[in-house]
Amino acid sequence: MANDTIPRRDFLTGAGAAGAGVAALATSAPAAKAQAAPVETWLVLTADEAAFFSAVADTMIPADALSPSGTDCGIPVFIDRQLASAWGAGASMYRAGPFHPGLPEQGYQLPLTPRDYFAEGVQAANAWSRKAYGKVFDRLAPEQRAEALTAMEAGKAEFENFDARAFFQRLLTIIMEGFFSDPIYGGNRGKASWRMLGFPGLPATYSDKIEQYRNKRYVAEPQSIADFS
Amino acid sequence: MATRLKEVDAVVIGMGWAGGIMARELTLAGLNVVGLERGPDRRPAQDFALPGIRDELKYQQRLELMADNSVDTITFRNHPDQLALPIRRWSAFLPGEGVGGTGNHWGAAHWRFQPDDFRLRSYLQGRYGAKSVPPTMTIQDWPVSYDELEPHYDRFDKVCGVSGKAGNIKGRKIKGGNVFEGPRNSEYPNRPMPPSVGGSIFDAAAKSLGYHPFPVPFSAASAPYKNIYGVTMGACQECGFCTRTACEASAKASSVSTIMPALRQESKFELRTRIFVSKLLYDREAKRVTAVLYTDLKTGAEFEQPANIVVLSAFVFSNTHMLLHSGIGEPYDHATGNGQVGRNYCYQFEAPAAAFFPDREINPYMGSPGGGVVIDDFNNASFDHTGLGFVGGGYILGASGGSPPINGRSVPEGTPSWGSAWKRETVKWYYHSVHFNTQGSVYAHRDNYMDIDPTYRDALRRPLLRLTYNGTDNDHAMSRYLLGRLESVIKAMGPAHYEMRPRPKNFTIVPYQSTHNAGGTIMGTNPGNSVVNRYLQSWDAHNLFVMGASTFPQQHGYNPTGTLGALALWSADKIKTSYIKNPGPLVHA
Repeated sequence: MANDTIPRRDFLTGAGAAGAGVAALATSAPAAKAQAAPVETWLVLTADEAAFFSAVADTMIPADALSPSGTDCGIPVFIDRQLASAWGAGASMYRAGPFHPGLPEQGYQLPLTPRDYFAEGVQAANAWSRKAYGKVFDRLAPEQRAEALTAMEAGKAEFENFDARAFFQRLLTIIMEGFFSDPIYGGNRGKASWRMLGFPGLPATYSDKIEQYRNKRYVAEPQSIADFS
Repeated sequence: MATRLKEVDAVVIGMGWAGGIMARELTLAGLNVVGLERGPDRRPAQDFALPGIRDELKYQQRLELMADNSVDTITFRNHPDQLALPIRRWSAFLPGEGVGGTGNHWGAAHWRFQPDDFRLRSYLQGRYGAKSVPPTMTIQDWPVSYDELEPHYDRFDKVCGVSGKAGNIKGRKIKGGNVFEGPRNSEYPNRPMPPSVGGSIFDAAAKSLGYHPFPVPFSAASAPYKNIYGVTMGACQECGFCTRTACEASAKASSVSTIMPALRQESKFELRTRIFVSKLLYDREAKRVTAVLYTDLKTGAEFEQPANIVVLSAFVFSNTHMLLHSGIGEPYDHATGNGQVGRNYCYQFEAPAAAFFPDREINPYMGSPGGGVVIDDFNNASFDHTGLGFVGGGYILGASGGSPPINGRSVPEGTPSWGSAWKRETVKWYYHSVHFNTQGSVYAHRDNYMDIDPTYRDALRRPLLRLTYNGTDNDHAMSRYLLGRLESVIKAMGPAHYEMRPRPKNFTIVPYQSTHNAGGTIMGTNPGNSVVNRYLQSWDAHNLFVMGASTFPQQHGYNPTGTLGALALWSADKIKTSYIKNPGPLVHA
């Protein structure tokens, strides 16, 4: 583990494709980004987990003409806050035993809270990545990361003692939640995904627009919860 | 040791739709009523206010309004020979919690069943022969007719301010409404919502094939409305956040928006929230429930609340569980087929589709569920099933709108699920998709039932309810047929691409499909075929009335709430006119 941990901060502060968006959104001055990139402090994520989620976020949501990268949209921050929330701690989950693997038709059957589940999943994914590629996931080149995620999605990655395919689906879900949810939760910075889609966010009402915009695209500056508050 | 409280006229367990109706009707009859609710109070001005109510993550993903599985859940398996395991967080269906119950977050499709649905077994055997109902299909006629319920359907429309277009008023068929519906006494209280763009395209295509499209009846006011309890509802704002979320405009009907404002002013009503009812205390000799045993979750103290009338109006699972746990009635025994409590569990068989129209601009986040357009040409009694190899049916809906970005991004199958190519496709289709649903019947089967789980327990250490359910061959055949008819309409709409999305052979507890569960405490003509009589009165305890879809003998091809509300009003009427004056069995077995 130890030899994998050194350059995390380098990665988080903008190695590779990450970095441009946050500064662009914050200051409209991309040149300032290397110095201005914020140093995140985490509620619950370990350095390994922060690096893993950042690498996944930037692979699933790469910076391109449509949006800034996943990290620049704040997705690791979103994941950190979600895993630290009541939901992350397993609120409203039935967690009593006995435990059985069960059938796919019976849904999630583990006692692990979302926070515990992701902690174990990240370790299992990194162990598999080390075996398959000789490095933990966040140290892989962008093409290798994409290849690794594709293998997990297709059920071709065999994690030791952990369901890789199920883990991939939960990872995809939380990344997309971070990309598309209201910015109040720390992701979707600058409403980047809403701008990408043309989603106007929260209406007070559409009853005054529904006829006017029948068969016609409604275009508006997106409004978030904070914009109303 | 539980503290025994002073006796009240009536106690209502569960303050959702049926509980709200009963509490209102019984206080109007002069009774003192206590309403018990396991969840919190829900006060729209604070709990459903802008902007926080428009939060897709909180309501749609984290299920803010749903029942807490850590306190109570059910176990599930497909077949009686499997090990049932607990549902650790709701997914396939989403029972609500708190005042308003599941009615806070419903999609507000407000339907009546067809007249022949109420005589289902007789109708099918009369039309298609005795063999059309196989021995394993345990469907039965309702003990109440459509004509008897109609005044109460009508009244419930006027509680909810339903927006729609009638297709049959007193036998006169009306173009543009549902010509397959039973005769209505009056037009809907409010005009229909404007159709969504997707609904309009569906409407034109359905007409071109000779079908009979109409606006989906929507349990929300299309204009400000004062209901029969004197409560004023706002107009629907077309916000696009309806399902799984509550309504800040008090336009969508729920007991919170249509009944509680009146009950909160009512001196004969007392609301107690965070009350976990654990058991009905039952006097088998006297055939009476003597008291309701509960724990106050705010203090941890246990109480016995005696009452002259006990209304059990929780969700389908909790109603069935309460009777089984309290030892009221004979539990259904799958091996022998004997016993009634837990029998005839039925889900709703929904299967969706999607189509893509690159040349149309369809604002996918705008609009209400009331913008959907429906055909009812393929419901139970709407068409001839001769030679089709199944019985039952359902309605078919086309719509657009209500598609916020976490859940509502429709892309063609085979699109990558992440990366730049995924982004391009997501953006390419977001403004151009129409969604469809087939809402099918589920006819009771002897292998689909609820009983007590041998292993798992809830927060009060009560054994959990166990659900055994799988889709039957009949219901799969029905669903395939509906999807086939839908496909013909979609083709006529001329999309660039479309996808039919049939359900897998085995029912799975993920993903979300429908909250329409039914059966378990079914109504019937005698104690040998049911748990409650035609007035929803228990055969085993004359002062116990069980409300909700748990009393449906089977599930028909429509959403259950319209009938659930009508039944509560029908039962309340009989309690008011007969039971209060002369307590005892209302039907002699």
